[in-house]
Amino acid sequence: MSKDELKNYLGQHFSEFSLTESFDFTELHVPKENILDVLKQLKESPATAFDFLFCETAVDRNPALELVYHITSTQYRHDLVVKTVLEDRENPVIESVYPLWTAAELYEDEIYDMFGIRFSNHPKLRRIMLTDEWVGYPLRKDYQDDKMIVK
Amino acid sequence: MENIENLNNEQLMTEEFVINIGPQHPATHGVLRVEVTLDGETVKDILPHLGYIHRGIEKMSEHMGYKQSIYLTSRMDYLSAHINNHACSLLIEKACGIEVPERAKAIRLIMDELQRLTSHQLWWGSCAMDIGAVTPFFVGFRDRERILDLFEANTGNRLTMNYIVPGGVMRDVLPNFVSDVRDVIDEVKSNFKDYTKLITGNFIFRHRTQGVGYLTKESAISLGCTGPVARASGVQCDIRKLYPYDGYDKLDFKEITDPGCDSWARYFVRMEEMKQSIHIIEQLLENFPEGESRTKLKGVLRVPAGEYYQRVETARGELGVFMVSDGSTKPYRLKYRTPCFSNLGAVTAIGKGLKIADLMATMATIDLIVPDIDR
Repeated sequence: MSKDELKNYLGQHFSEFSLTESFDFTELHVPKENILDVLKQLKESPATAFDFLFCETAVDRNPALELVYHITSTQYRHDLVVKTVLEDRENPVIESVYPLWTAAELYEDEIYDMFGIRFSNHPKLRRIMLTDEWVGYPLRKDYQDDKMIVK
Repeated sequence: MENIENLNNEQLMTEEFVINIGPQHPATHGVLRVEVTLDGETVKDILPHLGYIHRGIEKMSEHMGYKQSIYLTSRMDYLSAHINNHACSLLIEKACGIEVPERAKAIRLIMDELQRLTSHQLWWGSCAMDIGAVTPFFVGFRDRERILDLFEANTGNRLTMNYIVPGGVMRDVLPNFVSDVRDVIDEVKSNFKDYTKLITGNFIFRHRTQGVGYLTKESAISLGCTGPVARASGVQCDIRKLYPYDGYDKLDFKEITDPGCDSWARYFVRMEEMKQSIHIIEQLLENFPEGESRTKLKGVLRVPAGEYYQRVETARGELGVFMVSDGSTKPYRLKYRTPCFSNLGAVTAIGKGLKIADLMATMATIDLIVPDIDR
């Protein structure tokens, strides 16, 4: 599907969610409760067939945390960005997308390590880069470390 | 001693045990620790432990200007330093609407492809060494050395070049650049017969790689694998073809894919890619443009607020740079989607059920660079 066709398709099938345009991609904003359902639908529907999760990351929009999924289809070669916002900064929890894409295992480990977002139904959530005793989540904007960060 | 015929299955059963490979192990090529659960010689489970060389490049970038943060990327995948710099430069050019002179584009592509050659040459040597042949390591390094000398003469550095910058390249190439590259390319081409003699046609090497380390097309897609690892499983994922940048669309080259799915296919894809790289460089040298090599930019860049994504094809796969800008002089968030981090998942997927010696041989063909995983 071309970019416009994809936009039309999403407007019809996911009319309850808002669509925006970034510089490169179409963005679909989904509440966190629906995220697994929507992604599953996007992956399994033969019209979209988003079978490749090429980037999953988080952005700290102080105070909310935002999760960004970059997905593409190896069949049609169209891309989409799906975003969701986690308001709870103290204890952010969201459903893992590991059942859809195995790649998510490592991506979500990294997000947990750097942003402190917990993923339910993840096979083995662990601090992948830092030690288990590390205090705080370094990529958050309010992270304090007087030794390592010199202003 | 009891007679073995009188023993039942339960008495003969072996126990599972866990061994650590790395972080200081010659087969992991860097500080990667892999926790392997074994039953006898068979691998039951693999758990990679990362972070031994985590430098917080993404966090550091948030405290640096746009131009400064590019220099950190040379240290990520140090065998694709030019291509990493290229990705960041393209991203900033796209966001700020900067035009790049034709000459700079040609220089960038030549440097990228030379970099791919050096990377594959080093991989070829170390892959053979992991399987037990020591001579190829020196042959690979001999050829790589010639290209590194060329880099040193033109960019001032051998490993972390920092040569490709937003707007073009740091400085123009030397006057005899075209003939120098031609000489090097001719030498690399004539040396290919050594590669075939030593390894490609080698009986032992073929037996160690053919039919070993299967990665199906479905799992390659699901794991997010890119680059030669995915292409050896029949996935078309060459960014140079799918999302061409800096004039790759005007060049004639083939995307190498192989339906073999095994270690041999991954070897084959890289060997063919080297020939394609040479073919690309030859086309660029034929019409090497004259003119400026850099657009002058302001000292401190401001990128318009928004989100940008740029991908390039490094020697190991798709490098994606995701940037969130708030309109200030520093990036709000920079994320590097590095090829090795995604390809690491393939080690676990392939390794289960293999013999421990084959695991080493398979990891060699996946070609992991640890700083690229840890960042």
